[in-house]
Amino acid sequence: MSIRIFIPRDSGALAVGADEVAAELSRVAHERDVSLDLVRPGSRGLYWLEPMLEVETQAGRVAFGPTTIADVPSILEAILSDGDHPLKLGLTEQIPWLKRQTRLTFVRCGIVDPRSIDDYRAHGGYKGLERALKLSSNAIIDDVVKSGLRGRGGAGFPTGTKWRTVAQAGRGQKYICCNADEGDSGTFADRMLMEGDPFMVIEGMTIAGIAVGATKGYIYIRSEYPHAVEAMNAAIEAARRTGYLGDHICHSTDSFDIEVRVGAGAYICGEETSMLESLEGKRGTVRAKPPLPAHKGLFGRPTVINNVLTFSAVPYILDGGAQAYADCGMGRSRGTKPIQLGGNVKHGGLFEVAFGITLGELIDDIGGGTLSGRPVRAVQVGGPLGAYFPRALFDTPFDYEAFAARSGMVGHGGVVVFDDTVDMAKQARFAMEFCAIESCGKCTPCRIGSTRGAETVDRIIAGDKPAANIAVLEDLCNTMKFGSLCALGGLAPIPVLSALTHFPEDFGLAPRRLQAAE
Amino acid sequence: MHNETWDPTRAAEIIAGLTHKEGPTLVILHALQEAFGYVPAAAEPMVAQALNLSRAEIHGVLTFYPDFRREPPGRHVLKLCRAEACQAAGGDALAARIENRLGVGFGATTADGAVTLEPIYCLGLCATAPAAMLDDRVIGRLDASRLDALMAEAQR
Ligand SMILES: Cc1cc2nc3c(=O)[nH]c(=O)nc-3n(C[C@H](O)[C@H](O)[C@H](O)COP(=O)(O)O)c2cc1C
Ligand code: SF4
Ligand code: FES
Repeated sequence: MSIRIFIPRDSGALAVGADEVAAELSRVAHERDVSLDLVRPGSRGLYWLEPMLEVETQAGRVAFGPTTIADVPSILEAILSDGDHPLKLGLTEQIPWLKRQTRLTFVRCGIVDPRSIDDYRAHGGYKGLERALKLSSNAIIDDVVKSGLRGRGGAGFPTGTKWRTVAQAGRGQKYICCNADEGDSGTFADRMLMEGDPFMVIEGMTIAGIAVGATKGYIYIRSEYPHAVEAMNAAIEAARRTGYLGDHICHSTDSFDIEVRVGAGAYICGEETSMLESLEGKRGTVRAKPPLPAHKGLFGRPTVINNVLTFSAVPYILDGGAQAYADCGMGRSRGTKPIQLGGNVKHGGLFEVAFGITLGELIDDIGGGTLSGRPVRAVQVGGPLGAYFPRALFDTPFDYEAFAARSGMVGHGGVVVFDDTVDMAKQARFAMEFCAIESCGKCTPCRIGSTRGAETVDRIIAGDKPAANIAVLEDLCNTMKFGSLCALGGLAPIPVLSALTHFPEDFGLAPRRLQAAE
Repeated sequence: MHNETWDPTRAAEIIAGLTHKEGPTLVILHALQEAFGYVPAAAEPMVAQALNLSRAEIHGVLTFYPDFRREPPGRHVLKLCRAEACQAAGGDALAARIENRLGVGFGATTADGAVTLEPIYCLGLCATAPAAMLDDRVIGRLDASRLDALMAEAQR
């Protein structure tokens, strides 16, 4: 009899030694003459427990973590004798952190072998596509509309509406572009899915292709994610080999194929029109809209651009779940949101839950506070362009509108925790500096304003006429907000102004009493 | 990292193998850099000619993207994440430590040609921050001692 053990191949797990643990396990098992079936799935997303090893038992998978090579012999012993071990966590599915989640998108991540299309199918994969192949274009899009799915990449635009526009944009060549640029710091959900369940991304893009009449798809992956690039390429090849991509997918009349394209280190290429320029082989500068990419996108053709998580929500919705999907969530934010907890947090990782959970619940209950053990002081939500929230705003629920009402944004769902050693003036400076580094250069307020912004914050920090310089900073932020073509320059003031509003003492100002933030 | 030495015939071969793609410029530049470790000035007119673009256009693309190098890198490339989640977990102190120990700033190569130090803005390892990448290997939960070991490895 051989024992089946799972050790993630996810780069977050690799970064903390998963390959070494896997190699040691093979070595020890061989030494003891134990026959081993070692599977390398993605991560379950409980990163403080990575590398987390799981063993298949009659009752389900049992987890051990966080493991090191030194623990391997005793863990193997505990597995063989069904004995206790200090790192034993019990049945994986019963770990409270995992049990509290509603996993619709990450349902297979960490469970299936991302290199095996059979495993994907055995766990319900490709059911959505099979149904889509029997439906009309209109019926597929109706389902997506009914689910209430909004783009998960940041702006939250209704996905069904976008698809409908492309479907109605006449005949001829159309494209599907999957935005896997995931440039926001604090975010890693796209990466995890591509590494842990790449066939779902492919299935979602394929359904989109069928719905709008596109035969070619590109997935634009940032170069910072070499493991995701490898996993997606391997999965695309497997899908082609088995007839799930290429001409006449699954013996139908529909054809669709996907190609991976790798970015080159520019944050702005996550902005959709800049991504199109980059895909066309140009500098990644932003295009003015209109025309919308849905009308004139890649190479001037009608194009659907969605985020990895958006495409990945589609197979579930098509597999008879449009209403079930819509039933989760709050207000106009339907379905689940994969939230990413990172930074100085005790329990960091991927937490997928219906919209509506509050920031405080996330940080204190789920995240367990800071890793350093010091008080939480600030939390940045929504990437480098997102607001810094103080504890006083921890009652904000995860919902696009609720965050907007408090001058923040949900964005791609990244939550970065800072303890009380953080210097918020320094963070405000970094926001300006980041914008200066990453500006595509097209508009002056963004290109020049961000550099001036960083200099102005420097003066404030140095105590040089703080009141006058704060006025300059606020004025500059306004110019950037209203004078920028895209959200990089337009939103960069958000982290800056939130730091100034909620943490004035770090800028040498008397603390203001926080207004009830409505 | 083992790069081939610059060879125009080999470069022409790489370019010719990729011109059939839609919008091939970035794909070609990546492939050249993969082979030679950088994209030398001599490659620019070759790419331009193959794609029927001006040399200025290729130069513009090459210089727009931070990934593309126009000089050969050190024997190892060490990238440290400088973005917010890594800052929150103590990344700035590690950055100062590296610069100090290697004696170069971000964007530069050590005098002995061993290490090129580069900033990177998020590796998607924010839950195991601070994070770095040595050549193609990812490293998380960095602290001073793990970082020192990494630098020693890079300097070998
Ligand atoms: C500066 C900037 C960076 C962006 N980066 C990303 C990104 O990394 N990934 C992403 O999916 N969307 C990003 N977006 C949003 C895209 O422009 C676009 O709205 C999104 O990909 C649409 O897909 P969705 O409707 O599925 O969200 C960015 C936008 C801006 C302005
Ligand atoms: S706001 Fe900045 S990044 Fe956006 S188009 Fe203008 S210059 Fe480019
Ligand atoms: S912020 Fe450093 S890995 Fe994400």
